[in-house]
Amino acid sequence: MSIELKNVTYTYSPGTTYAITALKNINLQIPEGQFLGIIGHTGSGKSTLIQHLNALIRPTEGEILYHGKNIWDEDYDRRKLRSEVGLVFQYPEHQLFENDVLSDVCFGPMNQGLSREQAEVEARKALASVGLKEKHFKKSPFELSGGQKKRTAIAGVLAMNPKYLILDEPTAGLDPRGRDEILDQIAYLHKERGISIVLVSHSMEDIAKYASRLIVMNHGEVAYDGTPREVFQNYRELEAMGLAAPKMVYIMHELSGRGLNVDVNASTVEEAKESILAALKEKKSPLQGKAVSAEKKQDPLSARSEAAAGGAAGEEQV
Amino acid sequence: MIRDITVGQYYPAESVLHGLDPRTKLFGVLVFIISVFVFRTFPGYLVATIFLVGMIALCKVPPSFIFRGLKPILFILALTMVFNVLLTPGEILWQWKFLRITREGLVLAAKMAIRLVYLVIGSSILTLTTTPNQLTSGMERAFRPLNRLHVPVHEVAMMMSIALRFIPILLEETDKIMKAQIARGADFETGNIIQKAKNMVPLLVPLFISAFRRANDLAMAMEARCYHGGDERTQMKPLVYSAKDRIAYLILLAYLAAAILFRITGW
Repeated sequence: MSIELKNVTYTYSPGTTYAITALKNINLQIPEGQFLGIIGHTGSGKSTLIQHLNALIRPTEGEILYHGKNIWDEDYDRRKLRSEVGLVFQYPEHQLFENDVLSDVCFGPMNQGLSREQAEVEARKALASVGLKEKHFKKSPFELSGGQKKRTAIAGVLAMNPKYLILDEPTAGLDPRGRDEILDQIAYLHKERGISIVLVSHSMEDIAKYASRLIVMNHGEVAYDGTPREVFQNYRELEAMGLAAPKMVYIMHELSGRGLNVDVNASTVEEAKESILAALKEKKSPLQGKAVSAEKKQDPLSARSEAAAGGAAGEEQV
Repeated sequence: MIRDITVGQYYPAESVLHGLDPRTKLFGVLVFIISVFVFRTFPGYLVATIFLVGMIALCKVPPSFIFRGLKPILFILALTMVFNVLLTPGEILWQWKFLRITREGLVLAAKMAIRLVYLVIGSSILTLTTTPNQLTSGMERAFRPLNRLHVPVHEVAMMMSIALRFIPILLEETDKIMKAQIARGADFETGNIIQKAKNMVPLLVPLFISAFRRANDLAMAMEARCYHGGDERTQMKPLVYSAKDRIAYLILLAYLAAAILFRITGW
């Protein structure tokens, strides 16, 4: 049970002077149940890639298999595929069109052939799982705030009960609080409802925190594919691509370079905190006196990371 | 899907025609259009053909690109030819009941076809070698005398260039919204006309909203930079004629003179 890309190549406007090859010979397998992060700078082909996954774009070469079947076969039901592989575009709030929030979310399920009543049941479930309150349901989508619009749009895809949920930079244009809320909601959907997630993002921190697998796109090719920890070891190469590892990776490398025995691959604030505290403890016990200077240096940092970790935990409950 | 439509159909290349002043090219197209109507005989059309082939050779645009512009007029072309062939009175060559083909009809149809095809090719050479921005600034300069008559030349030119500038943006936006709605199971292809029109709502509402939002942003940005219309406004790249343009004008005038000469001598 997976989405599989075999030698997929895609060229925009082939045969003209404007031809651009956006994807070059991509081979990729996305098993069900994964939380996959995709990173790459602007123009690296990540948006083109995800539009292949639900048959919005037909590859110029190569094939895409969903559960082992080629989705571009003559008799393949691509509408059904699109309801199983839900895609939320960047700035999804720009797709809202109905008179009220509930009707807009009903659009997807009704296209699947549900009656208005059944669709409303699905819509209410979806809106609840993105955390939009009942009092907004009858409002015009255009009266909502940016974050609420975004959640309405995500609910619009979620209401179709997809097995895969693909999100293209769902946090673009949101403040830090709105960003954490959306991402926590997505992590919750992954955990509680078992939906496979593909998250396209610019933020290394977000990917490090949520994704279990990370793909780095560069010039239309997969540059790295592995766990975030593995990928972030190549932080110098990432920089050469115009990307960067999470800030924690830099701090840990710096600390390690100055002689503190920390885990250089720690990429989230939480991991870094544990590792620094452990390293400090280790340093303190055998050589009490010498560790003082190092401890002084690290103290404000671990205090800050604790505060940040506490803050994130606090927002998760919101 | 929608990205494949070329709008304004500018073809980037480095050729003599690309480098000419847009006013020269506008004048050139005008002269060519006039000549196509002034020539009446086949030797005359031969001169026009030589001129046109020369231009195609000069502009460095692949001919397949130039002839692509003919596709939309094929139907009109066929229709006028059929009517001209069948309905012109004269020396009858072939008759079946009320349908008849005359010698005069064939000649007239051929001339009509040549005129139509030449007009389209001539003007597409202009749009293929001139960016929309150059074109509007050329028109703005050429029509400036109309300011005396209180025609808001600058404003009209500005509106034209903004409209042209926004076509690709709106096309891209349409493509994006369309895909987003298809991802939610929308269907833009099947159904009868009423069903199809209804299915357009999820596309049109967001598109209009986005167009208004963009217009609003643009107006704000222009006002923030103190835009206040045409009076005393200078251009960043003022149009200046070069030696090439002067030569082009001479060639065009010679060509126009030849056309008039052909007409007067009745060739």
